[in-house]
Amino acid sequence: MSSSQPRRAAVLGGNRIPFARSNSAYAQASNQDMLTATLDGLVARFGLQGERVGEVVAGAVLKHSRDFNLTRESVLGSRLSAATPAYDVQQACGTGLEAAVLVANKIALGQIESGIAGGVDTTSDAPLAVGDDLRRALLELAGARSVGARLRAIARIRPGSLVPEAPRNAEPRTGLAMGEHQAITTREWGISREDQDELAVRSHRNLAAAYDRGFLDDLVTPYLGLTRDQNLRPDTTVEKLATLEPVFGTDDPAATMTAGNSTPLTDGASAVLLSSDEWAAEHGLPVLAHLVDAQTAAVDHVHGGEGLLMAPAYAVPVLLARNGLTLQDLDFYEIHEAFAATVLATLKAWESPAFCEEKLGLDAPLGAIDRDRLNVNGSSLAAGHPFAATGGRIVASLAKQLHEAGPGTRGLVSICAAGGQGVVALLES
Amino acid sequence: MSDWYTTFANSGVGSTLVTQLGLPRPAVLRRYEPGQPLLPGPAVLGTAGEGRLRDTVDAVLRDAGVTVLTADADERPAAVVLDATGVTGPAQLAAAHDLLAPAVKRLRPTGRVVVLGDPPAEAGTPAQAAARQALEGLVRSLAKELRGGSTANLLLVPEGAEASVAGPLRFFLSGRSAYVDGQVLPVSPADVPAGADDERPLAGRVAVVTGAARGIGAAIARVLSRDGAHVVAVDVPAAGEALAEVANEVGGTALQLDITAPDAPRRLVGHLRERHGGVDVVVHNAGITRDKLLVNMDAARWNAVMAVNLQAQLDLTRALLDADGVLRPGARVVSVSSQSGIAGNRGQTNYAASKAGVIGMVRAWAPEFAARGATVNAVAPGFIVTEMTARMPLSTREVGARLNSLQQGGLPVDVAEAIAWLAQPGAAGVNGQVLRVCGQSLLGA
Repeated sequence: MSSSQPRRAAVLGGNRIPFARSNSAYAQASNQDMLTATLDGLVARFGLQGERVGEVVAGAVLKHSRDFNLTRESVLGSRLSAATPAYDVQQACGTGLEAAVLVANKIALGQIESGIAGGVDTTSDAPLAVGDDLRRALLELAGARSVGARLRAIARIRPGSLVPEAPRNAEPRTGLAMGEHQAITTREWGISREDQDELAVRSHRNLAAAYDRGFLDDLVTPYLGLTRDQNLRPDTTVEKLATLEPVFGTDDPAATMTAGNSTPLTDGASAVLLSSDEWAAEHGLPVLAHLVDAQTAAVDHVHGGEGLLMAPAYAVPVLLARNGLTLQDLDFYEIHEAFAATVLATLKAWESPAFCEEKLGLDAPLGAIDRDRLNVNGSSLAAGHPFAATGGRIVASLAKQLHEAGPGTRGLVSICAAGGQGVVALLES
Repeated sequence: MSDWYTTFANSGVGSTLVTQLGLPRPAVLRRYEPGQPLLPGPAVLGTAGEGRLRDTVDAVLRDAGVTVLTADADERPAAVVLDATGVTGPAQLAAAHDLLAPAVKRLRPTGRVVVLGDPPAEAGTPAQAAARQALEGLVRSLAKELRGGSTANLLLVPEGAEASVAGPLRFFLSGRSAYVDGQVLPVSPADVPAGADDERPLAGRVAVVTGAARGIGAAIARVLSRDGAHVVAVDVPAAGEALAEVANEVGGTALQLDITAPDAPRRLVGHLRERHGGVDVVVHNAGITRDKLLVNMDAARWNAVMAVNLQAQLDLTRALLDADGVLRPGARVVSVSSQSGIAGNRGQTNYAASKAGVIGMVRAWAPEFAARGATVNAVAPGFIVTEMTARMPLSTREVGARLNSLQQGGLPVDVAEAIAWLAQPGAAGVNGQVLRVCGQSLLGA
């Protein structure tokens, strides 16, 4: 490392719209609608009307072809200066956090002074594509130069070609749904149904408590009549969750994963405002935390014998080692709840001497964490998980939590993603 | 939101129809727009009694480019100003009649009559007190006689408060007071900063507006912003979507906050300190109604209205006063009261109690504010055309809207103009007062 440390990007705050259950409150809203509304809420919170922000970086996992240049188009529809550059990123469920890391890195390098990182996803207004047969026939028709060629192209179209292709929540290389992949990992690590349900209940209770104490007042802006996350069930109990039938890994009679301890499909968007300390001071905006460092990892879930959602377990020790920290040096842990079992398997892996030695190459396990410092304001099981919007939700919420806890407090963000990937980051107030 | 009847009655067909039917034909009021002159024509200035403010008034008019006419000039005046300070007995009021009668007869539509007098309570003799008090009866009656959107108001100026006169006088003459009619406004001695920018009198100031997501609160945010202030727009988190739109429209910031939460004062003070280093203007506008006859009203309705409309104003103001340096020198607090708080209203015991309470609050706090060179006042709207009144039954709404000297409901902007004016440096001499914006309503008059 060179003698001059790069400066660290400050997290100033964030905004998101309440997350809606699929085909509900936001059924008619497009990715661009939601991202634009989220940016405008951020603009209103921080007085950024007409401001030329250094860069806006965001993305969506499920995109229409019309979502070309989604982020830039959203910026143009927002109250930000039209001279604000923007680009799209996509790293599955890691998109939102990766966007924040990209913005933070440019700020650290002095290439920009301020930036907004975001993400949006809709599973309601999802793209449907025409089948490959129909698509090829239409392309051939468009390129045909004679009547005969046109007729031949049209003749290729069969009734069966007209069935649209919907996006699937399945891994392209294995054909397994994400929940089925997790079910394998859940079984391997022996994660019990009770532990999963208890984690889910805590998520709902923590998020409900956060709303009740006004913690989300400056993190969320209502949208289309929704004022709180639609999936939130403040009064849910372990007993209620225990009545649900398993939905993943059901070939095993002892299947444990239910709709209650798995994140439902959700629509929503989030955005985070980052800047240099100087920019923040010039704009009279308090710094909540700094984004200190980040790390990605990937595992071979296809042939490598590792679980699809286990990559964060590999990324975190690298991040900790580089920053001279142990797992227990952190004050707050934000581990994205794709499934309750994902969080529990990750924690169990860090406690396992075998895993830590064989898979991570460590002399000793990372060890256990204080569960009272985990997802203290609720996470995806309660809020929902619009894929690309989760990173922004967590970064803004954790930064505020660290700010409230006082200077020098550290927090970890850990997000698993499709394709066997993981994105993790370290924040410090 | 507009007064459809006023628009209709002033249209071609509508004007003929309402005249033939003998219905009231409310005038289109002269409302302020940036760049507008103080008056659309010349003014007549005269005195009754000693007239110690004559030179002050003359200077205000001439500084604003207004031609000052003699009482017998042929030109139709846009305003008549009578300086009746120093009247010693009823006999001297004849001069008031002599000046006003011919001048008011020639007054242009949307004209202004402003009378300046001394406070009756400070009179030396019963005859002097009688003459001073008589001006109130004169002005209130004249306001009811005026047509064409014209207004009449009385300013009470004690000895030593000469410097406080210019601001209120300009307000009553201008389009900012379009729906303020038949009112008596006492001023007090104060240090009035000189040379305020009349186009952007609030430039560089930070203004908090509660209940800013819609209706009158949104109008207040717009007018304060137009006058140069940075607006911190506050409303409950559930109203955040509309709040963000208002904040973005006025180039301000949105603060989602339930003002009745126990930590609301701490959070508001912290926000103002961290983000703006303090605050210059606080407008307590947030209010709710939970109407029921008293005998049918449950505790929840009573308590909710009290918490939002009154207790929150007390708690937030106290916290701002106590927070070192947050309420800046020359600060202005303006509370929205209501006609119901003055006149009472069937089905609104809770609401009227809270709004009357607001009046008690500003009067009690006035000395503490004056000691800081600050002011605290209330504005009491009458029938204002909003989303809330749009939901009233047609007949109730239309009758309610006509029960005033201007024969029409006011607009949210009329309330906003009065509040923004009280926030101006030039309004430093108005403290602990209740300014009604009601078109001289018949209720509680």
